[in-house]
Amino acid sequence: MIKARVTVTLKNGVLDPQGKAIEGALGALGFDGIGQVRQGKVFDLQIETGDQAKAEADLKAMCEKLLANTVIENYSISFA
Amino acid sequence: MSFKRRRQGLNRTMKSAVVQLPGLNRDRDMIAALTKISGKAPVTVWQTETELPDVDLIVIPGGFSYGDYLRCGAIAARMPVMQAIKAKAEQGVKVLGVCNGFQILVEAGLLPGALMRNASLKFVCREVKLEVVNADTDFTRAYAKGQIIRSPVAHHDGNYFADAETLKSIEGNGQIVFRYAEGTNPNGSMSDIAGVMNKAGNVLGMMPHPENLIEAAHGGSDGRGIFASALEVIAA
Repeated sequence: MIKARVTVTLKNGVLDPQGKAIEGALGALGFDGIGQVRQGKVFDLQIETGDQAKAEADLKAMCEKLLANTVIENYSISFA
Repeated sequence: MSFKRRRQGLNRTMKSAVVQLPGLNRDRDMIAALTKISGKAPVTVWQTETELPDVDLIVIPGGFSYGDYLRCGAIAARMPVMQAIKAKAEQGVKVLGVCNGFQILVEAGLLPGALMRNASLKFVCREVKLEVVNADTDFTRAYAKGQIIRSPVAHHDGNYFADAETLKSIEGNGQIVFRYAEGTNPNGSMSDIAGVMNKAGNVLGMMPHPENLIEAAHGGSDGRGIFASALEVIAA
């Protein structure tokens, strides 16, 4: 079994109002010097295969087809 | 508008269908609007259906399909019925997506761009003003170009985004059908975009709810023209 992590983040230049709100809240808690906060998503997947190359190809397809909206988001795949 | 289409409109009542998915909650309003305006109740279509009835207009109503999980409209856009709708759209059947329906259409790739969280981070439920940017479409011929109409909105993720190149191309192609007018942009949408259509002009998505302003009991009937146009109830 392969354990993988997919991280989905907003592309540069796409406004992230949630990140902005978190940035403001961190400032209100007294954390100074925060340049920018960008919010993203993390997916942990367990895949029933021993073939990492196939798993990676499948994960890429999953990102393209569902996990990320490539109009506004980038994704990266890593293995545990 | 071709002569053939005009003649069809005069000779028979246009048929419509309303898509139903778990979590959509504006389907009843949409069914009522279509029934009142066309005089014929729409067929309802469930998400698992792969063959659609022979209709002139398919409407995806608003709501919160699949609880807005992952991204608004993302899960619904991958349901079997969407493949069937895509095929119908390619054949030229008119498709209208309102609110969550709009989000589903962009997630399914039938319309350009994306709908993001409102810039205010707040759910907005109020009335806005819309400018009819393009009145030369199957959905807006009842209006005049530049006409300002009233419409309710109710959404959390209506902040339209498209990259610079896409924005330029949809503007150039006349694909921006509605803009929020007179400073009423409720969600931070780029270029005040409230509704866009595909390049072919038969698929329209919009965040506002025209189905909720179609008769005196609603306080106005500004939204009626969209359905009257699409169902060719008025002279084309």
